Amino acid sequence: MDLRPSIPAMLRFTTLRLLSFALSLVAASIVIFAVIEVIPGDPASYMLGLNASPDTVAALREQMGLNSSLILRYLHWVSGMLHGDFGTSYTYRVPVSELVSARLWISIPLAIYALLLSTLLAFPVGLIAAARRGKPTDIGIMGATQLGIAIPNFWFAMLLVVLFAIRLHWFSAGGFPGWSKNFWLSLKSLTLPAIALALPQASILARIMRSSLLDTLGQDYIRTARAKGLTRGQALRRHALRNAMIPVLTIMGMQFSFLLAGAIIIENVFFLPGLGRLIFQGITQRDLIVVESAVMLLVFAVIAVNFLVDLLYAVVDPRLRGKS
Amino acid sequence: MSLLSVQNLSVGIHGTPILRDVSFEVRPGMVFGVVGESGSGKSMTALALMGLLPDGAETSGQATLQGQTLLGLPERQICAIRGAEIGMIFQEPMTALNPVRTIGDQVAETLIVHGKANRSEALKIARQRLNRVGLPAERFPLDRYPHELSGGQRQRVMIALAIALRPQLLIADEPTTALDVTTQAQILTLLKSLVQEDGMALILITHDLAVVSDIADHIAVMEKGRIVEKGPLETVFRNRENPTTRKLFAASNHAPQRVVRAHTEPILEVRDAIRIYNPSRRRLFSKTQGLRAVNNVTFSLKRGENLGLVGESGCGKSTLTRAILGLEPLQGGEIRAFGTPVGPRMPKSQRAKIQVVFQDPYGSFNPRWKVVRLVAEPFHLLENAHLNRRERVAEALESVGLCADDMDKFIHEFSGGQRQRIAIARALILRPKLIVLDEAVSALDVSIRAQILDLLADLSKRFQLSYLFISHDLGVVRSITDRVLVMKAGEIVEEGPTEQLFSNPTHPYTRQLIAATPRLPDDLKPPHADSKGTA
Amino acid sequence: MKLPHTLVLGAILFGLFLAAALVSFLWTPFDVETLDIAAKLRPPGALHWFGTDHFGRDIFSMIMVGARTSIAVAVVAVGIGVALGVPLGLAAAARHGGVLDEVIMRGNDLVFAFPSLVIAILITAVFGPSALNAIIAIGIFNVPVFARIARSGALSLWTLDYVLAAQVAGKGKIRISFEHILPNIANLLIVQGTIQFSLGILAEAALSYVGLGAQPPTPSWGRMLADSQTMISFAPHLALFPGFAIVLTVLGLNLMGDGLRDILDPRIRRRVRSRPERSPE
Repeated sequence: MDLRPSIPAMLRFTTLRLLSFALSLVAASIVIFAVIEVIPGDPASYMLGLNASPDTVAALREQMGLNSSLILRYLHWVSGMLHGDFGTSYTYRVPVSELVSARLWISIPLAIYALLLSTLLAFPVGLIAAARRGKPTDIGIMGATQLGIAIPNFWFAMLLVVLFAIRLHWFSAGGFPGWSKNFWLSLKSLTLPAIALALPQASILARIMRSSLLDTLGQDYIRTARAKGLTRGQALRRHALRNAMIPVLTIMGMQFSFLLAGAIIIENVFFLPGLGRLIFQGITQRDLIVVESAVMLLVFAVIAVNFLVDLLYAVVDPRLRGKS
Repeated sequence: MSLLSVQNLSVGIHGTPILRDVSFEVRPGMVFGVVGESGSGKSMTALALMGLLPDGAETSGQATLQGQTLLGLPERQICAIRGAEIGMIFQEPMTALNPVRTIGDQVAETLIVHGKANRSEALKIARQRLNRVGLPAERFPLDRYPHELSGGQRQRVMIALAIALRPQLLIADEPTTALDVTTQAQILTLLKSLVQEDGMALILITHDLAVVSDIADHIAVMEKGRIVEKGPLETVFRNRENPTTRKLFAASNHAPQRVVRAHTEPILEVRDAIRIYNPSRRRLFSKTQGLRAVNNVTFSLKRGENLGLVGESGCGKSTLTRAILGLEPLQGGEIRAFGTPVGPRMPKSQRAKIQVVFQDPYGSFNPRWKVVRLVAEPFHLLENAHLNRRERVAEALESVGLCADDMDKFIHEFSGGQRQRIAIARALILRPKLIVLDEAVSALDVSIRAQILDLLADLSKRFQLSYLFISHDLGVVRSITDRVLVMKAGEIVEEGPTEQLFSNPTHPYTRQLIAATPRLPDDLKPPHADSKGTA
Repeated sequence: MKLPHTLVLGAILFGLFLAAALVSFLWTPFDVETLDIAAKLRPPGALHWFGTDHFGRDIFSMIMVGARTSIAVAVVAVGIGVALGVPLGLAAAARHGGVLDEVIMRGNDLVFAFPSLVIAILITAVFGPSALNAIIAIGIFNVPVFARIARSGALSLWTLDYVLAAQVAGKGKIRISFEHILPNIANLLIVQGTIQFSLGILAEAALSYVGLGAQPPTPSWGRMLADSQTMISFAPHLALFPGFAIVLTVLGLNLMGDGLRDILDPRIRRRVRSRPERSPE
């Protein structure tokens, strides 16, 4: 019997993952649709508030397509999104897709920027802590990360603003020039928020990295490698690192969703015109269509990242490719 | 001229002595067996020579390989010796290879880290070594991953990577303990041929006297961190000067005194039993065919009989056990105990008639319960059992050689052997007539195993118990059963009275199994071991 | 038994804030709902230990009452996670490989796609902001966390012989789940509980900061920080004290979690216990 990972097996794995990715999206869209459109009763009157005249409500109902059946409305919403049409914002009177896409170009780059910073910081720190297990360096790192986890990122962001913007004037305290106007300045204006987001997550990641490495270092195959004549350091690099990546990847996948959520919160500290501002304005102005679409996009990003992490697992771990 | 010379090797870990004054010599081309029970210091001796002792270990004494000292070397120097001068293989092949790297890569790495070859040369040599250990290129290309190989094949890869640089000394620490007997025989043959054809010296560490008797020239017997007896194999086996050696021999050959009661009334009948595992239900999107773990099995167990069921791992004996205990349904045929059908929905009164003892003395008990509650758990099957619970538990504990006071202790206060006694007490508490012993002595050291076998024989006599004795260990089955079933790939391939089946196996698989089982040579056996008890 | 330093230090830190929260029901230095504009933005001093805010309210008193909000939200959210997640995880493990397991695990994956902030946004969009919504949002997010921990812990126990022995003793899966499985995964759940507790406090602070959590006049650390933001350059004490309160509470809980793991984790204990008599089979 031939159990070797073949191209069909890899293809099969990817297809299965892709299928489950699509199913998750469908399920998530149903949940979001149900919460926003079904539970509060009549969205039109809810959006217009208590004092709206029946005529206005009826007009809005017509405009929102609320007079057709639930299923039709759902299908309409989904097929619209597939074509890039997210409906029209009630307050701004412009297509939601326009509103959202401009904001997305701040929130998503910010989350990715933070993820990069967090990874670049956490990997070496976790590695050093694992290699110096029990020594003062390790104890110091563990203490520092313990503190890093406990710091709320938005508060840390406020402290960064006080120090680097208000006192030292190295950065501006907020605002965003726009990618097309000035790329480097835009990147610079995302740097403090990214640091604020990254530090707590880097603390978590470094701890996971360390414990995962220590776990793998205790495995039998490390003893085998040492019996072959590898030094501790060689065994760590050649055998422990890749195996230790499996749980680290899981955490990184989850962190992306935290970072995205964190980005939305931290935009408030830096007055960044990102998705978060849009969503919170949408909530206060009862612009449900904007909230619904923005939330769907956030959830899409989270599910898509988890799908990528699943594929990465298969790259790291051949056991996932071989047998199904 | 000795290859390896060890003088007064002592090891302590955080002040606790682990090895004391261990001395021995190994000559080129010699197989040196180290035997002893668990905790005797066998593995620690090997790890000390390799410089792989756990952190906090302090070593004293001398060890030299061809005049070069091994102990207390700086990391760089010992790394240059490991893998190049001394190769080592371990007990657990399933976890000893890195799961994310190919086998070719892992064998070639030995050559690369020692700077003996560049990558492409190393892969070429890795290919030769894999061929040498019986993994030919057409079935085992270099880009295979460990999870695609069986335990025996993985152990061959381990050997290939240990001999990649043709070291002068190979240390094998219980290399076959985790393997089936037929695989064990193949691995031992391979190790033997490496010594004979390639002139390598081998240190073979094992708990199994029969394994060393088959392969070693010299042996050392260890107990509590010391070598208590050593010398040429024949001399040690014949003279047995040390009490530890005598004890090991007696336990290895132990056959409990048993009464054979001839009855004809069947109490357990298995007819055309079929158990299909259907993996297609296990996962949402897979289309795998169902697996027939038990296929048309028919047999019966008579009152007072000790019936053995032997087979290698994966043959379906565990599945059959679970069906007999009424834990899993059958897809065909039926099982009857005491004339009444057995199955997941059988009434409690029926379930109470068959009890069981499992293999793992550590996993068999809820660590949060006291012994009294553990032993009394089967009372759940009775209507009004709470009346004299403590008296019954005390009685059961005493009948397995423990005392009644033990019932208020927690399970972690007991040794492996004692735990297995408690497991037997739990099986006895309802006074069943049939007990299933599922590898019940397999996890125990030989001396403890002998005591438990005696206890089982004694209990069988006192309470007119019948046993269904399931095991992969033919020696143990031979010593305690009246009749044996041999199972392979879900089917019973041969059945017959124990002595007859062992001396005259008819099915090729039975012959293969018996031939593969290592035995102490008859001329080295102690005299009393031949008189098998039919008192 | 000697307790780990981390556990002691963590318990002291967290205990301090728990005590502050409890005492605040009976007594606070100043009433937190009384505005005193004349005394606004006082720096820390003898009268107002941590200073006053822009309405002249005593920061120290607000932090005491804020501890109440934070801890209450986190406790209830962890409670929701445990109460729903653990039975689901146990059920999935008991029916491992079955349809129920598949449904529960896929449902978990789905909830994981909604970070607690997103759940809070959805709920707030529909029902308006409140502390209750924060509790529900964090609680829902905790459900799959506990379901996973319970399931993976239970799965490893279901392979053990004592569970098989209980089945031979005629016990059903539900009974076994509660008698044998739950007590033996309690360690894992307690450790995870402290982690989720600290995450809950951070999440509550974040939600309150963006206005999706506790509403005025209920004091909450997150909203105190939001209010302080515009005044941070001339009244930094408004931002520092609530921030320290969050950091120290979360730090205390995390240290407790670490310490509890050291004394409770069965993996660490078993390794020590089962060294002798293991190898031969």
